[in-house]
Amino acid sequence: MSLKNQDLEQIAYLARINIDKDKFPSLKKELESILELVAKMDSVNTESVVPMSHPLDLSQPLRKDKVTEKDDRKNLQKNAPSIKAGLFMVPKVIEVED
Amino acid sequence: MSEWETVIGLEVHVQLATKSKIFSGASTLFGSSPNTQACNIDLGMPGVLPVLNEKVLKMAIKFGLSINANINSPTQFARKNYFYPDLPKGYQISQLDNPIVEGGVLEITLKDGSKKKIRITRAHLEEDAGKSLHDDFEGLSGIDLNRAGTPLLEIVSEPDLSTPEEAVAYLKKIHSIIRYLEISDGNMAEGSMRCDANVSLRKRGSKELGTRTETKNVNSFKFVEKAIQHEIRRQIKILESGERVTQETRLYDSQLDETRPMRSKEYANDYRYFPEPDLLPVVLSEDFIKSVKDLMPELSEEKEKRFVKEYKLSDYDANVLSVDPNLSNFFEEVVVRSRNPKLAANWIMGELSAFLNKENLSILETKVDSINLGNLLSRIEDSTISGKIAKEIFEEMWNSKKSPDEIIEEKGLKQVTDSSEIEKVINQVLEQNQSQLEQYKSGKVKLFGFFVGQVMKASKGKANPEQVNKLLEERLKE
Amino acid sequence: MTELHKLSIKEKLKGLKDSTFSSKELTESYLKRIKKLDSKINSFITVLEERAVKSAKEADQRYASGSALPLDGIPIAHKDIFCTEGVLTSCGSRMLSNFISPYSSTVVKNFEGSGSVVLGKTNMDEFAMGSSNETSYFGEVKNPWKKDYVPGGSSGGSAACVSAGLASGATGTDTGGSIRQPAALCGLTGIKPTYGRVSRYGMIAFASSLDQGGVLTKTAEDAAYMLKTMSGHDPKDSTSLNVEVPDFVKEINKEIKGLRVGLPKQFFSMNLPEYVERSINESLKVFEKLGVKIIDVDLPHIDLSLPIYYVIAPAECSANLSRYDGVKFGYRCEDPKNLEDLYMRTREEGFGTEVKRRILIGTYALSAGYYDAYYLKAQKCRRLVANDFKETFKSVDLILSPTAPDTSFALGAKTSDPVEMYKQDIFTIPANLAGLPGISVPCGQHQGLPLGLQLVSDNLEESKILRMAHHFQLNTDWHKSWPELD
Repeated sequence: MSLKNQDLEQIAYLARINIDKDKFPSLKKELESILELVAKMDSVNTESVVPMSHPLDLSQPLRKDKVTEKDDRKNLQKNAPSIKAGLFMVPKVIEVED
Repeated sequence: MSEWETVIGLEVHVQLATKSKIFSGASTLFGSSPNTQACNIDLGMPGVLPVLNEKVLKMAIKFGLSINANINSPTQFARKNYFYPDLPKGYQISQLDNPIVEGGVLEITLKDGSKKKIRITRAHLEEDAGKSLHDDFEGLSGIDLNRAGTPLLEIVSEPDLSTPEEAVAYLKKIHSIIRYLEISDGNMAEGSMRCDANVSLRKRGSKELGTRTETKNVNSFKFVEKAIQHEIRRQIKILESGERVTQETRLYDSQLDETRPMRSKEYANDYRYFPEPDLLPVVLSEDFIKSVKDLMPELSEEKEKRFVKEYKLSDYDANVLSVDPNLSNFFEEVVVRSRNPKLAANWIMGELSAFLNKENLSILETKVDSINLGNLLSRIEDSTISGKIAKEIFEEMWNSKKSPDEIIEEKGLKQVTDSSEIEKVINQVLEQNQSQLEQYKSGKVKLFGFFVGQVMKASKGKANPEQVNKLLEERLKE
Repeated sequence: MTELHKLSIKEKLKGLKDSTFSSKELTESYLKRIKKLDSKINSFITVLEERAVKSAKEADQRYASGSALPLDGIPIAHKDIFCTEGVLTSCGSRMLSNFISPYSSTVVKNFEGSGSVVLGKTNMDEFAMGSSNETSYFGEVKNPWKKDYVPGGSSGGSAACVSAGLASGATGTDTGGSIRQPAALCGLTGIKPTYGRVSRYGMIAFASSLDQGGVLTKTAEDAAYMLKTMSGHDPKDSTSLNVEVPDFVKEINKEIKGLRVGLPKQFFSMNLPEYVERSINESLKVFEKLGVKIIDVDLPHIDLSLPIYYVIAPAECSANLSRYDGVKFGYRCEDPKNLEDLYMRTREEGFGTEVKRRILIGTYALSAGYYDAYYLKAQKCRRLVANDFKETFKSVDLILSPTAPDTSFALGAKTSDPVEMYKQDIFTIPANLAGLPGISVPCGQHQGLPLGLQLVSDNLEESKILRMAHHFQLNTDWHKSWPELD
C-alpha cells in the first residue's frame, strides 16, 4: 500500500497535526511499513464473522437522571491556557466565507 | 406550473428535557453563568468516561412509539470525529449504525385541511456541543461548555416534503409531539429545537434527486419558511443559467433574509465514525419498552379523533383544538362546565383567541380561565343571557377578572324571558312606530326585522330573541 | 533494617503491625534511595516527598490506634497515566507537562482508601505508546540491570523503580503488553487483569477497548495484595465488570496440581534465541514437577494479532487524543495566528514522533474508503483470535509462552524502525485483544539481563495465573535477585 503526498496532507489535516514537508518522505516510509504489517489480514476470509468492539458481551449500564455535579469551574479551569470572564478563549471562530 | 420540483428533507435536533446531561451528572439548566455546569466529563478532561442517562432512552422510545417506528435493540453509540472549539473531546458521541429509532411516519395537516404522510428515516441520540461567543472579544472567541453534553434527539425525515409550507407544518407537528410527550419544551428561540433544511430541485417528473444544500441556523418557524423559499429561488436561478448547484452547508441570515455558504475544506466532513468503545451496546428489553409505553400521554392525533367522535366537532375544529396540549386541556375543562362542546369550540377559537392574539398572550396567560368561561357559556345554555350579551360580559370579564354571575348581577343583564314583560315592550314599540306598522300590515313584511330590532333596543338587548320573534309574530297576526 | 526495601509487602505489613518499624521510617528510607539512585535510571517524573511523609504519619497513627487499612503505610508508585488530584499527571508527554489534575482516578482513590503511601509518579512512554520507555518527554528510563539498556515499556518507569528497590510495587497499564513486557525485561512480576476488572476512570486513555490497569511487583504474592486493592466495579466506568473481586491473597495458596497448561504451537515454532527457549523448557520442568500437565495447543489466527492491534489501537487513540487541542488544558503553541494554527502547531509541538505516527495511522484506518478494509476487518479478525482462545480454554486452564522475544536491548537499538519495536509485543498482544488476564514472572537470566515467562488464563481467572506464578516462585529463585545499582 503506497501513500501519496496528498494522502499524507489529508490525514495530517484531519488529525490537525502540522507536518513539515521535508519530513514527508521518512514519515511515508514508516507509515507504509506499518500498512504492510497490517496487510497480513487481507488473506483471511472474514465474511460471516461478527466484528468485536469489546472483549465484553454485556449491555450498557444505566444512570438515573440526577444532578450529581456542582459548579467546580475554578478547579477545572486551573489548567486552561486562556480564560476571560469564565470562558475558554481561542482565536476567533469564523463560520461564514467572506 | 413551475418546471422545477422542490425536494426538502429536514433534520431536527431536539434538546431532551432531562435534569442531567446524557453522559454526566452535570445540570442542564438553561442560562447559567459560563462553564459552571460543565464537569470534568463534559470538558473532556484526560481519563474521563461517559455513563448513559436512563431518561434519554425513555424519551427517545416515547418518540419512536408515537410515530410507529422500530425501536432498535441493541442500540449502539458511535464517535463522530471533527475539530471545533465547542466540541471538547474532538469527537461527538452520537449514533450511526443501529440508532435507537428507525422508520416511522407522521401526518401533517396543511392550511387547506389536506393531510400528507411524511416518513421518518431515523431518530438518534447524541450529545450537544458547547457555545462559541464571538462578540466583545477582539479577534477571539469565548467558549462556554455548559451546553456540552446536553442530550439531543436528532430526527431525520425522508425527503418527502415538497413546499416550504409543508416544511413548517412538519416542524409544527414535531413541536407538538415533543411537547405532548413532555420530552422537550421545543423552544426554537432558546435552541431546544433546531432545524437544518436540506433543499434540492429537480425537473418536474424526474425520479433522480438534484444536488442538495443544507441550511443551518434557522431558529423560528417563520425563518425556516423564508430560508427555504430563499434557497429555492437561489437554486432556480443557478439551474436556469445552466450552472450546477454546489453541495454545501449554508447559514441563514434572518436580517438580510439570505443564505451564505459556510467555510469548509473539501475533506473536512470525513467524520471517521466508529463504534464508541467506552459505551457498551444498549439492550432495550420488551419490559423496558412496555414500561415506557404504559406511561405515555394521549397523543394529539388520538385526541383529535376523540374530539370528533365524542364531541362531534368538525375535523377542522378538532385539529385546531388538539394540537396544543394546553389548549386542549382548556377546551375540555370548558366543556365540562358548559356541557356544549360546539359552543365551547366556537368561543375558544373565536372570542378567546381574538383577545389572546390582541395582547400576544398564550393560552396559559389567559385572563379568563376555563372555569369562568365555562360558567359564562352555561349561562347562555340555560338562557339566562343571550349570545350577544355574553360577548359584552366576556369583555368585562377579561378586563375586570370578575365572574360572569357577578357581572350579570351588577349590570342587570339577565335575559328577559317573561312573556308578559316582552309583550309590554312589543306593545310599546308598535305604538311608537305606527307608520311602520301600517306599512307592515299593507304588505311590507320586511319590516318584521325592524320591529325585532326595536324591541331588542328597547329591552337593551336583554329580551330573549326567540321569544321576541314568537310573540311579535303572534301579535302582528292579530 | 537497612534493607527495608527488600522486604515483601506481606513482611512490611507485619513489620508495621508489630511496630518493628514505622511507615515513616519505611517511607523515608525509600525517599532516600530515590534521591540517591533515581538519577541513574530516571524512573520518576514526580517525587511526592511531603505528601508521602504526611501519608506515612497518618498510617502510623492508624496502626497505633488499631484501625489499620489493608495496605496501610506501604509505599508505592503510580504510573503517570493515573490522574492524581493536585499532582502533575503528564502521561510522559509535553502535551500534559503542565497538567495538574483536578481530580483523582478510581485506582488512585482505591489505593488511598487502603492507606498506601504514594512516593511519586513514574515515567512512561508518551501516552503509553511504546515498548522501551524511550519516547517520554521526560527522558528515557534506564534498565537497572544494565543502564544503557531499556526497561521495556510503556510502564518502563514503574518497572525500573520497583526493580531498583525504589518502591514496594507500582501501578501500570497494559494495552498491548505494557506491564508484562517491562516486567519481563526488569525481572519483575507484572499482571494485567481481565478487561473490566480495574476501573479506567481517570486512567488517561490510549486505546479504550484494550487498556487495562495492573501492577508490577517483585513477587506474585505482592501482586495479589496490590491487585486486590486496585480492582473492583466502578459505576463511573461503563466497561467496568460488576463482579466480586476474589481475595487474591488467599487464592494464591490454592493447589496447582492438575492444572493444564497449553503451549501454542504457533509461538513455539518461531526462531527464538536459544536462551529464551531454554528458560522456558526449564520452567516447564518445574511446573511438571508440581503436577501441572503440559499440552500442545493450536491458536490458528494468533499471527494476526500484530496487524489487528496496529489498526485498532491507533484508530482508537487517534480519537482519544483529539481532546488535546490547546483549548481547555495542556500545552498550547505560542501566538496562534488563527484557530487552525492553534490546532496544527499545538499538536505538532505537544506530541512526540511515535504518538503522531500512531494518530496518523489511526486517522487513515478510519478515513472514508478505508474503514471496511482496515478497522472493520481488524474487528472481525479480533473475533477470530478471541474465539481461538475460547476454544482452547475448553481443553486447558492456562496458556504459556515467553513474555518477550528476547532480553532487553540497548537504548536506541530499535528506534529507527517502528515495526521492529512493535514486534516486542507479539506474545503479549493477543491477551489484550481477547480481554484475558496475563502475568509475567521472572524465569531466567542471560548475560545479566532477566527473562520472563507469560501465563494467560480465561476471563476472570486471575486466581489461576497468580497461583501458578506463586508456586513457581516458591520453587525458583529468579525473582529474588536484585540489580546492582549502588
